[in-house]
Amino acid sequence: MRTNDWQSIVIAVVLFALAAIVPFIANGYQLSVAVTAVMYVGLATSWALFSGPTHYISLASGAFFGVGGYLVATGMSDYNLSFWLMAAIAPLVAAVLAILIGLATLRLSGVYFVIFTLGLAEMVRNLVSWIQNNFLGSRGLYVLTDFTEAHIYWMLLGVCAIIFIFGWWLGRSRLGFALRIIGNDEAVAKHVGINTAWSKVILFMTTGFFAALIGAIIAPRYSYIEPNQVFSPELSFLVVIMALLGGTQRLWGPLVGVIPFTLVWEFINSNFSNFSTLFLGLAFLLIVYVIPRGFVGLLQTWGEKIRT
Amino acid sequence: MKRRDFTKTLAAGVMAASMAGFLATASWAADTIKIGAVWPKTGPLAGGATVTQGPNIEMWVKQVNARGGLKLKDGQKKIELIEYDDKTNPGEHIKAVQRLATQDKVDFIIAPFGTGFNIAAAPIYAKYGYPQIAVSAISDKIEELTARYPNLFFTLGTTTSFVEGVRDILVDIRDSGKMGNKIAMVNVADAFGIELADAARPIFEKAGFEIVYDKSYPLGTPDLSPVMKGAKSAAPDAFVAWSYPPDTFGLTEQAIIENLDVKAFYTAVATCFPAYAGKFGSKINYNLGAGGVNPDTPAMKAYFKAHKELTGKEPDYWASANTYVSLQILEQAIEGVGESDKAAVTQYIKDNTFKTIMGDIKFENQFSNRFWTVGQWQEGVFRGVKSVNVDGAATIQQKTGWN
Repeated sequence: MRTNDWQSIVIAVVLFALAAIVPFIANGYQLSVAVTAVMYVGLATSWALFSGPTHYISLASGAFFGVGGYLVATGMSDYNLSFWLMAAIAPLVAAVLAILIGLATLRLSGVYFVIFTLGLAEMVRNLVSWIQNNFLGSRGLYVLTDFTEAHIYWMLLGVCAIIFIFGWWLGRSRLGFALRIIGNDEAVAKHVGINTAWSKVILFMTTGFFAALIGAIIAPRYSYIEPNQVFSPELSFLVVIMALLGGTQRLWGPLVGVIPFTLVWEFINSNFSNFSTLFLGLAFLLIVYVIPRGFVGLLQTWGEKIRT
Repeated sequence: MKRRDFTKTLAAGVMAASMAGFLATASWAADTIKIGAVWPKTGPLAGGATVTQGPNIEMWVKQVNARGGLKLKDGQKKIELIEYDDKTNPGEHIKAVQRLATQDKVDFIIAPFGTGFNIAAAPIYAKYGYPQIAVSAISDKIEELTARYPNLFFTLGTTTSFVEGVRDILVDIRDSGKMGNKIAMVNVADAFGIELADAARPIFEKAGFEIVYDKSYPLGTPDLSPVMKGAKSAAPDAFVAWSYPPDTFGLTEQAIIENLDVKAFYTAVATCFPAYAGKFGSKINYNLGAGGVNPDTPAMKAYFKAHKELTGKEPDYWASANTYVSLQILEQAIEGVGESDKAAVTQYIKDNTFKTIMGDIKFENQFSNRFWTVGQWQEGVFRGVKSVNVDGAATIQQKTGWN
C-alpha cells in the first residue's frame, strides 16, 4: 500500500471514531438529525457505488428501503420473529429482488432505466399490500423494540463503515475497473470481453442489499409501519440529489453532499416548512447549473487553481 | 462579484444560517407557557388533519389566551404555540418532536395525528416525560402500548370496538325484519383497511351474516366503479367499506351512479366530514359512517359555534370533538397541578375526572372507554347512533335510495 492509502485510512478511522461519539455529546434533536444524516450517507454512498461509475440513475432506493422496513415489521408483528433474524433476511430478499430486476432491466439504457426504477417502488408497494391483504391479513404492523435513537445511530454507522470498506475494495478490484469502463463506453467494454450485464447486476444487487438493510434498521425508529410511509418516492429522489450534490466520482463524495444538505433541509423544514418542495427544486437546479460535478468536483477545481 | 461567486456565497450563507439555527438554543420568556404541536400540514394525511387537528389547536389556544392564559401558581400565563409540519413522514415527525423537546424546550406537546405517528412518537414523549393524550389513534394493542409507555393515553377506541359497533347496527336492522343477511364488504389495501376487514370477517360471520362480496382496492385507486359494479352484482342487503377519505368519497359517488340498492350503506373514515354532506347533499341521507357525535347537548352546540367563529371552519362530526376534549383535559390537568411539571400533570391525568364537552372523562389504565363508533347522516347532521359508554345515541333510520 502507498503512503497515500495509509493517510486515507487514518483519516477515515478518525472520522468514524468522531462520528461514533456523537450520541454522547448531542442533545435529542441533534441526535435525531444525525440519525437521518447517517441514514442518507449510507443510502447515497451505496447508491453511488452503482450509479457513479455506470451513470445509471436508479430511483429504486425507496423500493429496497421499503422492502427492508416492511419485512422486519411483518416478521416481528405477524410471526413473532426476532428483529435480528428479520434484519438479516430482509437485505438478502432485497438482493434477490435486485438480481431479478437487474437482469430484466439493466439491458435498458438511459432514461428507460430511470423510468422503470421510478415505477418500481410503487409496484413493490402495491404488490406487498396485495399479498398482505389476500394471503396474510394483518392486525397492524408494530415494531416495538427497546432500541433508542443512539442504538439505531450506531447500527447505521456500522453499516456505513461496511459500505465504505466495500467501496474502497471495489475501487481497487477488477469489478470496479470493469464498471468504470462500462461507464465510459459500454460498447468498448463488451469488446474487451467484460460481461457487462452481470457486472451491472452485481452492483445493483449490493445497492439493493444495503438500502434494505438500512430500511430494516430504521423500522424500529418508526415503530408502526405503513406501506405508504416506507415506500416513499421522496426518499429515492433525496438520495439521488444528495449523492449528486456531493459528487459520485469519489467514494467520499456523497458524504460531503449529505451532511450540508441534511442541515439545510432541516433549517428549511423547521423555518419555512411550506416551501420545502420549492427548495428541493431549486437545489436540483443549482446542482445542475453551478456544481454539475458536485462538491467533489468543486474542490478539485479549487485544488487545481491553487496549484497553478 | 461574478454571478457564480454570488450564488456560492449565497449558498454558503444559507448553510451558515442553518448551522446557527441547528446549534442555537432558543431563548425563552418566562411569562408564557410553551406548547408544541407537530401534525401533517402536507402529505397524504393533511386532508384529515387540517379538518380535525389543526383548527382545534388554533381554537383552543385562542380561547385560552382570550381569557388571559392558563392559571398557574405564579400567575396566569398565555400559551405560546410552536407548530411544525411532519409532512406525513415519521422520520420528520420524530425530528420535529425532538426539536420541540430539546431545542425549543416546550412545556407540553399536543399528541400527533394518526395511529402510526402516535406510536412512532411515543418513545420520545416517554423519554422526556410529556403526557401524550392520543386522539386519532385506533389500535387493538392499547394494553401493550400503555404498559410500555406510562404517559400515553388513548381516547378514541379500539379496532375491534369499531367493527362491533357496525355489527350491532347491522344486527339491529336485520332483526327488525327490514333487511336480509347478505353483506358486501370492501376495504382499502392499507394498514388500517386490512386490519378492520380482517377483524370484521369472523365477527360478521359469527353474527350470522353472509359476506357475498369481499374485495380490496389499492390506496389511491382513482376509479372505483369496478368495485361498486362487482358489489352490486352480488346483490347485497348491506354495503360496508373500510375506507380512507378519498375512497369514502369515491365509493359513495359510484354507489349513487350505480344506484346501489341496499338497506344499509357504511363507509369508514371521513364520512363524518362536513364536506361529505357538502358534496352529496341529500343523496347521502341515512348513510352510516365511522364516529359520530351527539350535536344536541348545550356543550356540543357551544363547541360547534365557537369552532366556526374562531377558525372559520366547521368541525367534523367525530374526532374534532375528541381532539378538543383532549386539549380540555390537558388544560385542566396543567391548571390542576398549577405548574409546568410534566410528571405531576401526567399523574393528574391518571387520577382525576375531567369535565369536557363530551361529559365526564376518566382514564382507566390510560384508556378512556367512552367514544362513538357509528354515526348516521340524518337530515344534514351526522348523529352518533352507536357508542361505547356515551349517552344520547339517535335512533337508527333506514336508508331509502339515493335521492
